[in-house]
Amino acid sequence: MTDIAATPSALSPKLSPALEWVARRAEGFVIPVAAIIVGMAIFSVFVALLGKSPAQLFDLMWRGGFGSWFSIQNTLSRAAPLLLAALCVALPARLGLVVIGGEGAIVLGGVAAAAIGVWLDGAPSFLVILLMGAGGMVAGGIWIGAVGALRHYRAVNETISSLLMAYIAIALMNQLVEGPLRDPASLNKPSTHPLAEAYRIGSIPGMDVHWGLVVGIVACIVSWILIEKTRWGFAARIAGGNVRAAQVQGLAVGPLIVGFCALAGAFAGLAGMIEVAAVQGNANGSLVAGYGYAGILVAFLARQNPLAIIPVAVLLGGIDASGGLIQRRMDMPDATVLVLQGVLFIVILFSETFYGRFRIFNPDLWKRG
Amino acid sequence: MTDRFVLTRRQLLKTSAAGAAIGAATSILPFSAARAASATVGFIYVGPKDDYGYNQAHAEGAAVLKAMDGITVVEEENVPETVDVQKTMESMINLDGASLVFPTSFGYFDPHMLAMAAKFPDVQFRHCGGMWTEGKHPMNTGSYFGYIGQGQYLNGIAAGHATKTKKIGFVAAKPIPQVLININSFLLGARSVDPTITCQVIFTGEWSLAVKEAEATNALVDQSVDVITCHVDSPKVVVETAAGRGAFVCGYHANQSPLAPEKYLTGAEWNWANVYKMYVDKLVAGEPLPNFTRGGLADGFVKMSPFGPGMSEAARTQFDATLAEIMKGGFSVFKGPLKNNKGDVVAADGQAFPETAVELESMDYLVEGVVGSTS
Amino acid sequence: MESTDIGLWGVPLAILGGAIRVSTPFIFVSLGETITERSGRINLGLEGILVFGAMTAYAVAVMTGSPWLGVLAASATGAAFGLFHGWICKFPKVNDIAIGIALMLFGSGLAFFFGKPFIQPSAPDLPAIPLGGWSNIPQVQAALNINVLFIIGAALAVFLWWAFKNTRAGLIVRVVGDSSDAARAMGLNPDTVRLLSTGVGGALAAIGGAYLSLYYPGSWSEGVSSGQGLMAVALVIFARWNPLGCFAAALLFGGAGALGPALQSVGVTQGYYLFYAAPYILTLVIMIMTSSPGRSLAGAPGELSITK
Repeated sequence: MTDIAATPSALSPKLSPALEWVARRAEGFVIPVAAIIVGMAIFSVFVALLGKSPAQLFDLMWRGGFGSWFSIQNTLSRAAPLLLAALCVALPARLGLVVIGGEGAIVLGGVAAAAIGVWLDGAPSFLVILLMGAGGMVAGGIWIGAVGALRHYRAVNETISSLLMAYIAIALMNQLVEGPLRDPASLNKPSTHPLAEAYRIGSIPGMDVHWGLVVGIVACIVSWILIEKTRWGFAARIAGGNVRAAQVQGLAVGPLIVGFCALAGAFAGLAGMIEVAAVQGNANGSLVAGYGYAGILVAFLARQNPLAIIPVAVLLGGIDASGGLIQRRMDMPDATVLVLQGVLFIVILFSETFYGRFRIFNPDLWKRG
Repeated sequence: MTDRFVLTRRQLLKTSAAGAAIGAATSILPFSAARAASATVGFIYVGPKDDYGYNQAHAEGAAVLKAMDGITVVEEENVPETVDVQKTMESMINLDGASLVFPTSFGYFDPHMLAMAAKFPDVQFRHCGGMWTEGKHPMNTGSYFGYIGQGQYLNGIAAGHATKTKKIGFVAAKPIPQVLININSFLLGARSVDPTITCQVIFTGEWSLAVKEAEATNALVDQSVDVITCHVDSPKVVVETAAGRGAFVCGYHANQSPLAPEKYLTGAEWNWANVYKMYVDKLVAGEPLPNFTRGGLADGFVKMSPFGPGMSEAARTQFDATLAEIMKGGFSVFKGPLKNNKGDVVAADGQAFPETAVELESMDYLVEGVVGSTS
Repeated sequence: MESTDIGLWGVPLAILGGAIRVSTPFIFVSLGETITERSGRINLGLEGILVFGAMTAYAVAVMTGSPWLGVLAASATGAAFGLFHGWICKFPKVNDIAIGIALMLFGSGLAFFFGKPFIQPSAPDLPAIPLGGWSNIPQVQAALNINVLFIIGAALAVFLWWAFKNTRAGLIVRVVGDSSDAARAMGLNPDTVRLLSTGVGGALAAIGGAYLSLYYPGSWSEGVSSGQGLMAVALVIFARWNPLGCFAAALLFGGAGALGPALQSVGVTQGYYLFYAAPYILTLVIMIMTSSPGRSLAGAPGELSITK
């Protein structure tokens, strides 16, 4: 593998620093892009074997996901909830925890936000929206924070407890929405009472995408700063590497784990609140939309890097957005998109093995010929 | 199928040559121009379109439209009731030039379809099951549904004759009006045979949950229930499990008799092709589409499966007599004196709710004789 | 149909019957995953393999008329998926958890894609052994109508429990799972052992899927699995990588799952969502009670990424 790389040692010394700068950063861009191309190539073989035209497929994917202003907005709308959902996985991952139950925090965050919005009906909208956001974050934060606490203080495995708690959260939501919180007028779709129009979150000016996209991007940036630029992030990385070593250094591992998990859950809860305030207008069973599970995939594809979550979520959103067009124009079932996602993501995840293998991306090795 | 493929191919070639989406171009045209010779109709399903149940019934209706001249049908399945369905509608309108959209799941109505209807006033939206109300909802939207409770009433008559234990059972998804009306109709049908019959209901809580539906069916049979029907998206599991345990079954959504030829009594089926064809005929003719459409057995919105061998002579006679009564129109399954299963009066003596009574569409009770609870 | 009114006895009977009926997929998936995880690899993709197995088994049974050929075909595809997972994860820096999640999409997607023509036809069911003949109560007879795969699963649990302790193969898997370095020092190739363990795990998961489509609930549809595969992987951690524990956990899960419908059938009708959450609540409570810092992960393979 290493032989593939060229050795640009003949370049002028003046150019080299710039080149080195580019080379060091190119790896994280070139490898995923190459992986996407390879994944698409494999998928086009699958499509061709079925007697359909890969060229048409890619044309449709482009047009459905990215090719027009409408398609871009479609993609971004679908990407928005994935940003916060993925953070629910990426933050605990910094401590070495695998949390897969973000769905539960999303659902409960949505219910809490709807309950607050209905309860405070009549209060100033700014205040209510703020409190709804806070309520969603608290509900989600408690849920995943508890997962962290169980992990640290009772040594209960966080993967299984978060999954179990997600199912419990969904049951709680259903019980509340069909019981005490139900609006009788919601008829065949049991829901809470609707939020007043003033408490809804609208679209970003000039776009047909709700504010959840901006909130998600900001949350990703804040999380990146937290992880990369603060001492808590640094401490979390140490604790994620080795809990004992962290304890020896005097780090408060318990509060760190619970804090990171709670923040992760808070982001997921906020996603639920946005779903209620920007899309549904009330809390109902559609909060269980699988965003929590899609978020796991996004986080792993982003290699748990909060900034990388943004492009990955957009990619996933784009595939979802174009999936409909593929169904409609090529008469292929919805499962086609699942197969494409599976192939594409397996190849992208597999491509991680190539990091550090190409000399062209590592200027330190250039001189050695 | 092949024709459609060729057509889309050609569209695509044109598109890339012209540099602008032809689909988008048609959608800019005023509604009247689009409907002149041909029309694109969009169908959106909440589950897989071959689920042997709810979604398949709609897809079979859509399939009939495909054979019509000048009609292009575009379909999307497994579309969740989130921003996804809004974008799907928008994409059908923007990219495929759909001028009539059928979102077929109840949860698509509010807020999703209403939001898109406001955004695309030239496109017609007709929704399955919603309560369209004049003045409250935009005029380019509407809703259609069938009085399938009538079918469940007839199912109940079949069940009332077949049951020996006087206990019949209902596997239901959620306690919502459309389901409650079916449960109540099923029991009232059975009680028209024998007023001592009770109906045990089990809610599974989800529209499609195979293992839980099987468990619910087993639990019913364990409690001596010997005739079972259901209201879940895909009745296949309930029908097969019940028949496997030796209970009789009444079908729902579609004809499931091939799954249990010996134990299938009859079933209440959708006949959406009629409804969809009515809309599209009007669309092509340039006539306004109705906003609030309802119909039952008499209108061909609903039909009954052929009798199975378990139907006794007495059952057939009463079934046919009642069916004839229903076909005349104005038949009331719900009439006083009627109490709910908490003892409150829901229909006073002499009070009757014919099938067209809109109150029935917000039913929130189980009638006396149904063992179960709405929350 | 004969019938006997059993009233409230229906609840314990349903739990027993449910434990037997519903547990089998959990048994096979969790035993398969135990083998995989004991070798130091985790395969979260068993849900996808289970779904693909359910489809394959049903399709083959429809086409050949033999449910057992269906099971065989399912296990072959499951092994192929498992080997694929094992092969891809052997490359450095490839994250086995993430690949598993992608595999879940891939397996389910392929199953839904190729399963379309098999939703309508009926396939022959796997046979059951009537062990309730001693009773004249039909409900008891029904509950004790035990599928052959359940019995095989139970026997497999006992066998694996014994084999991990007493056979050379069991020892090899355990050594590789606990420390790659130690395994290499013993002249073992950890990658090969993990590859095979993942393959076996996949084959067993697919048999779990075959049970779903060919016996209970006994039909192929896209909703045939409601996450049994993923849950079973989690149950392995709950069972602390002990095959007998997996069997017990699967029974517990199946039995608790029968509680919701059974209670409604005897007239306890309020709050059924919470009863439906019983398996999850019960599992969580037991985990919390039996864990404590220090001894919780006893039995955890040292090389496992999820518990490191």
